[in-house]
Amino acid sequence: MRRLAAALPVVLPALGVGAFMALFFAWPIGGVIARGLSGTSPASLLGEILGSGSHRSVIWFTVWQAAVSTVLTVAVALPAAGAVARLRFRGQRLVRALVTVPFVLPTVVVGAAFEGLFDRFGLAGGEGLSLRHTVWAILAAHVFFNYAVVLRTVGAHWANLDARVEDQARVLGASRFQVFRQVVLPRLAPSIAAASAIVYLFSFTSFGVVLILGGPARATIETEIYRYAIVRLDLSTAAALAVVQLAAVVALVAVSNALERRRAAIEPASTPAAAPRRRGPGLVANLAVMGVILGLPLAVLVERSLAAGLRGGYTLRNYTAMAERVNLLPDTALAALGNSLVFAAPAAALALLVGGAATLVVLRSGSRGARGLGRAFDVGLTLPLGTSAVTIGLGFLLVLNRPPIDIRTSVIVVPIAHALVGIPFVVRTLVPMLRTINPRVREAAAVLGASPRRVRREVDLRLAARGVAVGAGFAFAVSLGEFGATSFIPRRPETLTAPLALFRLLGTPGEALRGQAMALAVSLMALTAVAVFVMDMWGDSRRGAF
Amino acid sequence: MLTVRGAMVAFGRVIALDGVDLEVATGEVVAILGPSGCGKSTLLRAVAGLQPLEAGEVRWDGEDLAGLPVHRRDFGLMFQEHALFSHRDVAANVAFGLRMQKMDVAGRRRRVREVLGLVGLAGYQERQIATLSGGEAQRVALARSLAPEPRLLMLDEPLGSLDRPRREELTEELRILLRRIGVTVLHVTHDHDEAFAVADRVAVMQSGRIARIGTSADIWHDPGHASVARFLGHTNVVTVGEGGAVLWGRLSVPPGPVVLRSDAFRRVDDPSPGAVDTVTGIVTDARFRGDRFELTLRTAPGDVDLLVRDPHPAAAGERLSYAIDPAQIAALDAGGV
Repeated sequence: MRRLAAALPVVLPALGVGAFMALFFAWPIGGVIARGLSGTSPASLLGEILGSGSHRSVIWFTVWQAAVSTVLTVAVALPAAGAVARLRFRGQRLVRALVTVPFVLPTVVVGAAFEGLFDRFGLAGGEGLSLRHTVWAILAAHVFFNYAVVLRTVGAHWANLDARVEDQARVLGASRFQVFRQVVLPRLAPSIAAASAIVYLFSFTSFGVVLILGGPARATIETEIYRYAIVRLDLSTAAALAVVQLAAVVALVAVSNALERRRAAIEPASTPAAAPRRRGPGLVANLAVMGVILGLPLAVLVERSLAAGLRGGYTLRNYTAMAERVNLLPDTALAALGNSLVFAAPAAALALLVGGAATLVVLRSGSRGARGLGRAFDVGLTLPLGTSAVTIGLGFLLVLNRPPIDIRTSVIVVPIAHALVGIPFVVRTLVPMLRTINPRVREAAAVLGASPRRVRREVDLRLAARGVAVGAGFAFAVSLGEFGATSFIPRRPETLTAPLALFRLLGTPGEALRGQAMALAVSLMALTAVAVFVMDMWGDSRRGAF
Repeated sequence: MLTVRGAMVAFGRVIALDGVDLEVATGEVVAILGPSGCGKSTLLRAVAGLQPLEAGEVRWDGEDLAGLPVHRRDFGLMFQEHALFSHRDVAANVAFGLRMQKMDVAGRRRRVREVLGLVGLAGYQERQIATLSGGEAQRVALARSLAPEPRLLMLDEPLGSLDRPRREELTEELRILLRRIGVTVLHVTHDHDEAFAVADRVAVMQSGRIARIGTSADIWHDPGHASVARFLGHTNVVTVGEGGAVLWGRLSVPPGPVVLRSDAFRRVDDPSPGAVDTVTGIVTDARFRGDRFELTLRTAPGDVDLLVRDPHPAAAGERLSYAIDPAQIAALDAGGV
């Protein structure tokens, strides 16, 4: 009886989270797997997929574009990670906040930014070089998108490396390059590997970017699932492809988790005092490259949104046009933006509720003799992070087709889908933040006379507040930009979100629509940036990446 | 020979080095002694070339090192936190500098064995860094610095991270080792026992300047400045007035600030009243220090608290008299008491 009472604080939230995840994650995914493996013999459809030349080439393209994206991202972001980790300069915090913006930008906005970039510099076809609908466009967007992952993960590790070890190597006769090759790089290897795994996973499951920038000629497993389900209405082939995707993702998440554990294990316990470094030409060059890679697409996006068309000049016409109906969309772009905001609030709240409960399970189970449960939750909740949004959308389409929750009629499907995508972000923010609370702080509070309840209120809650704020901001931004799952929800005026509207506007030729798309992209970017900025202001500067 | 002239370094508004002049002869061991934050580590970094100078110069045998990058200076530097390459084993750590000199594998193996033997770690070649104790890690770091035979060896608080018995043991070893190989050494420490034990000459550094430089005995007996005297643990700094007047009586020294070292007192049983170079007072505190007692003596008259070393037992509340050896009274510079 007492054992049961002691276990209650773990069991109750565990049941809640379990029920939610069973209903909205396991059941839809189970539906996808059942459909994907159905047929005369369970493996026949799957065998067909793997046997078909066109599917095989899609799978191969998915694999290699993700690999090249990863290598390029690491190569481009590594010098900047070193500069930001090792040099001290004015505006460092601002730079840190700004580089994070691309990572949280909606994928459709990134797609729009690169489309705008090609339009602006005449790379969109016609005479001369064309980058539109090439693999180069996809690779460039993936570097842009994942730059911050490498910069923050590797940068944080780099800043914690004892710089005196490098000084020592210098004194012993190693040139700067030798120091980097022989002393810095081997020690950074775990965090580079962990960051690469994440970037690979994101590039592998990248949807909006590939759909917009790859065009009809370039398809990954992800966009192929969408095309079969939504354009060709062949749900069985879509489900079979999703099973392939799911298997790959589970393997990648396992690798990523293993690498992450290795990275976390080598993290030094204390931050050594870094000797103050002088800024040099290296810093200027790094900041310039960073500015071009991250700033140029966004700057051009803003410029395009203000451009008055072929005759040149600037105007606000594209923005005012957002309030007008176009035949293409079931409602105005402005209404779509409003819908997105309306969905983002409950989605963030739901993600916080479920993610918060899951965090409690993960953290409490260790101290209450339910370690296994905690680990299962920890790993189980990273699966949705890897599971592509498209697979979740397909699953919803397959199983949520009866009252009380019918994807065709009920609006709450949208925030639920968004929350599902946001939950792993909440858990991944909260768990490490609460884990890093030094147990000595709790002990000190207890010795000073605080009761366990008081310790929770004065120490844990106070520190959790920041994590909650960061997680909420993340979940809000994720909902604003969610495209993969939402694109499976049948078109209705009240479920038209800003990313969906943006995708349709971008996919349709016409100068006015293009201008309106750019204006909508800038608006969506601004809303996301505000959410991220608020998040970073609240974010823990101590745990902050650099 | 190392020559530093007018070295200046500032971090923003904080001046770390404020015009440092220093010479270290070839084969000499010089200790830089000072409290934390006095700029002693910055001085080492500047000599190594890790810290650019705002003004002044560093020369080796007359050659200006300004244009010579860190890795071509042929100096050794060893840090307090030993800064070992944790991703390599002991042999690879020690061989790193040799590899940079492009020494062949056989030569490296020979030299690593030799140097590890020198620091008392023979056979440690294949040990992983994580498995070493604090003292062993320190020896590996020393071996790594010594292996390339640097023309100048710089030690930055080399024993600072060790516990006291280990530290005293290693101080003694270090003294013998440095003498034996005859290397030129710049040794930074905040511990005067360590500095006095190891160095030929000691430079006391305070707020970015070298306040006093000389042999260990010179510095101990004649600290020069009141602040140096206090740093060395000489708390009895008093001002002598006209005719040798002090608050409790008279001293046979010229007017001005002086330091009375705690070992300059000798207990006398019945002093002649009003005698010169004598002090009488009440013991307010007595601390047992093994080979001696350390007393706080409140003078009567005068109520000045003096720190006195006495081989004989004493207890708080006792009234005692001491003779002060005038030869042991060191005059201090008038400024900066």
